[in-house]
Amino acid sequence: MRSLKAQNSLLSDSQKQIEIIEHGQDGNLQTIPFKDKLEQSGLFPLKPTQVEILQLNIGKMCNQVCKHCHVDAGPDRREIMTIETMQQCLDVLAENENLKTVDLTGGAPEMNPNFRWFVEEISKLNRHIIVRCNLTIILANKKYYDLPQFYKRHNVEVVSSLPFYTQDRTDRQRGNGVFEDSIKALQLLNEMGYGNADTGLTLNLVYNPAGAFLPPLQQSLEKEYKLALEEKFGIEFNNLYVITNMPISRYLDFLLTSGNYEGYMEKLVNAYNPVAAANVMCRNTISVGWDGFLYDCDFNQMLELKVACESKHISSFKNEMLKSREIITGQHCYGCTAGPGSSCGGAVA
Amino acid sequence: MSIQSQKTSQMSEHYYNSKDLNKFGNIADFQKDLGEKFFAYYGEVFKDSALTAREKSLIALAVAHAVQCPYCIDAYSADAFEKGWNEAQMMEAVHVACAIRGGASLVHGVQMMNKVKEIAM
Repeated sequence: MRSLKAQNSLLSDSQKQIEIIEHGQDGNLQTIPFKDKLEQSGLFPLKPTQVEILQLNIGKMCNQVCKHCHVDAGPDRREIMTIETMQQCLDVLAENENLKTVDLTGGAPEMNPNFRWFVEEISKLNRHIIVRCNLTIILANKKYYDLPQFYKRHNVEVVSSLPFYTQDRTDRQRGNGVFEDSIKALQLLNEMGYGNADTGLTLNLVYNPAGAFLPPLQQSLEKEYKLALEEKFGIEFNNLYVITNMPISRYLDFLLTSGNYEGYMEKLVNAYNPVAAANVMCRNTISVGWDGFLYDCDFNQMLELKVACESKHISSFKNEMLKSREIITGQHCYGCTAGPGSSCGGAVA
Repeated sequence: MSIQSQKTSQMSEHYYNSKDLNKFGNIADFQKDLGEKFFAYYGEVFKDSALTAREKSLIALAVAHAVQCPYCIDAYSADAFEKGWNEAQMMEAVHVACAIRGGASLVHGVQMMNKVKEIAM
């Protein structure tokens, strides 16, 4: 499967994508504007509470082509963060102690040729480091085999997608053979001490629905995952993050081609939860694109909606300016406020 | 067109309308107390307890087929799939409903046999 960009899909045009998200494919979709819901909840305009997480998308290249990927990542994507931009990120971290956590994502962030150097440099600045590892990258090539040791050396928190604890559900979303390789990779991480409550090495898993529906409750599903993975494969992990699929990019493509877009949006709107809205991740996170531009979140990044203030690039990062900005919202934001809410750390309400 | 058929046409073309499922909660509009008690009970039944919510969803799917309720079939096909049951497991649950319904008819054959034996020479 090739990326939407490689296929020259309409959805690879972010402006076209926004039009479809807002008004549906035929332009007639009428859903309550997200802004109105925020106003009713006393949250409009949405403002940051603090800026403490720097989430860096260090490249769109990936060894997988998942059907739900909002990044449209894949082997054919060439956008990669340069070492110069990485250095600018390090300079910002050194100057802003409020940025306590650095969350590295992609694509497969490990495919960036300067990934290890970057992690080592962030580690020297004594920040909490999260790597969103797709698991299969560990087995994709000999040069990645020692990633579990590398993560351990720098006390990296590993967050990994495993859409379900069965093969059919996982491979359906992420490609044939992904489940088997993911299980092997999890066992390697466990051998390093990851996922064991006594070691302090954190391994969190991520559930995404493999279809046009909302996720089940995080707490119940976590119990099921722990039981099934322990019984069948002897695998331990810390927490399960349940994440709602956002109607963006490849997941939007799936919704449109399967005729599920309107129904899915209706579900999201009906499930709007003001408590979740108050806790959305864009209120304490700044997302940095591969080219150094700043966004309210990874989803706004994929829609090319840069932050609404003058500090638009990592080279001109101004903490106070970003902290007082208004967060850009749209109909896609319903994905983060449905039911118990959704963030890169799972449910928020 | 007769007055009766005009009325029927204004009300609905079909007895079942999938959009009516979303109006299930409105049942309480005509009888608040009983409606609210039913939905509170319903919510409790489907919580994780001695059985998980996931297991209960599969039971509900089988029962939905046994009682042949199109609303329930729609709701619990989605719910069971969302809760991680796969197609084969869901179809086996439907076969359980089918076997019980079929068996319920067939087991009455014993009553038929009893009667025939009673009256036959």
